[in-house]
Amino acid sequence: MSHDKHEHVSNLGRIWKVFAILSVITTFEVAMGIVKPDVLHMNNFLSMNLLNWLFIILTLVKAYYIVWAFMHMEGEKASLRWTVVAPIIFLVLYLLFILLVEADYIYEVFKNATIKWNF
Amino acid sequence: MGATVTTANTGEKTWGGGNEPLGASYGKLMMWFFIVSDALTFSGFLAAYGFSRFKFIETWPLPDEVFTHFPFMHGVEAPMYYVALMTFILIFSSVTMVLAVDAGHHLNKAKVAFYMFLTIIGGLIFVGSQAWEWKNFIKGEYGAVETKGGSLLQFVDATTGKRVKLEDFAAKLPEERTQLTRSQGKWFMEESSLPTYSVAEVQEGFKTHPNVRVRIETIYKDDAAAKKDTKVDHTLSHHKHKTVLTREESALRLENAHLVVEGANLTRNEYGSKLFADFFFFITGFHGFHVFSGVIINIIIFFNVILGTYEKRKSYEMVEKVGLYWHFVDLVWVFVFTFFYLV
Repeated sequence: MSHDKHEHVSNLGRIWKVFAILSVITTFEVAMGIVKPDVLHMNNFLSMNLLNWLFIILTLVKAYYIVWAFMHMEGEKASLRWTVVAPIIFLVLYLLFILLVEADYIYEVFKNATIKWNF
Repeated sequence: MGATVTTANTGEKTWGGGNEPLGASYGKLMMWFFIVSDALTFSGFLAAYGFSRFKFIETWPLPDEVFTHFPFMHGVEAPMYYVALMTFILIFSSVTMVLAVDAGHHLNKAKVAFYMFLTIIGGLIFVGSQAWEWKNFIKGEYGAVETKGGSLLQFVDATTGKRVKLEDFAAKLPEERTQLTRSQGKWFMEESSLPTYSVAEVQEGFKTHPNVRVRIETIYKDDAAAKKDTKVDHTLSHHKHKTVLTREESALRLENAHLVVEGANLTRNEYGSKLFADFFFFITGFHGFHVFSGVIINIIIFFNVILGTYEKRKSYEMVEKVGLYWHFVDLVWVFVFTFFYLV
């Protein structure tokens, strides 16, 4: 088979290392979610608190390790990597941008409306 | 990496057939493209969840108040421990999957079978855990009351500041109401099971228990403007937690009650915003369905491994392909975990 070349290297060490990283991150996230330190929870950046930013960034780090190490994206050709990753990143960012901005607008409309709709 | 050396690889011939331009076999490439489209589906769901959450940002339920159960620990507040455990189970089953793929590269049939088996067990434990999580969510714990205007009232104890269950204060009135079933209705009329208490019983119980207060859905903001509001109990309400009303205002709000809500269904739930339960059921359900189908596919491949199909083929690439799907399911859970339980 054509792809036998890069596959006979055993990467057991890498697998366990990535497992350790994912576990540590998850434990840290849960601890943060329970403690909710005020420094992070009460301070905002771009109208979202720092704790939520931390969670989202750590989630992306975990996603990177799962895709790159477990799904073995790091061993694929650059063309395949871009084919898979680029459309997702672009479309998700775009979708989040339009939906979240619109949602915030609707929130303002409800909030400033003269009619109370939920009481 | 020069993985594709099947033909003399000149520029014009790259896409001319008999070649693997992206360095992956047809099957693997199609699995990647399926994953891309499935990832976009999940992104659509999670973005829609984000939309509704931003739209009701001031009244959305706080996840660490909703998911507080842990097996064999009754009445103990254990926010997120259980989902954390579920996350570990899924990550670990991802590890065993990747170990199976690794063993496949060495054509080690026994090892592949063993790790595939562990992966299947992990998947089954995860699906089971999710069922238990749903059971608690559907059953509910404290109960709440819905007003005529559609907002939700929950109850707290003024001395401890903790939530009170309906059963702890609701009165028992000598009244009876039968459930409307299909057999009693005139034209396809029926209703779901009746709540344990009627609105009148909750209202009566509220009158006889002076330290019960109403907690509304709005998240309390500890600033000067909020402090002026005389309807709010400022000692019981905490910043970034739900607002607790004064005794007088609680009584006024409760007069407007018209439904007792216990647990959750697709129409209403005792946790807050009606959409919250809908999204919870839909997104975790769709993910759970992926895990379930992943387990089924893993079982099929497991039997193929046992039967020696891939041994004869001298290639365990099928294990690699289901591995991709399995890791994807894990990947989705990482995001669901963040956006439903942490954020």
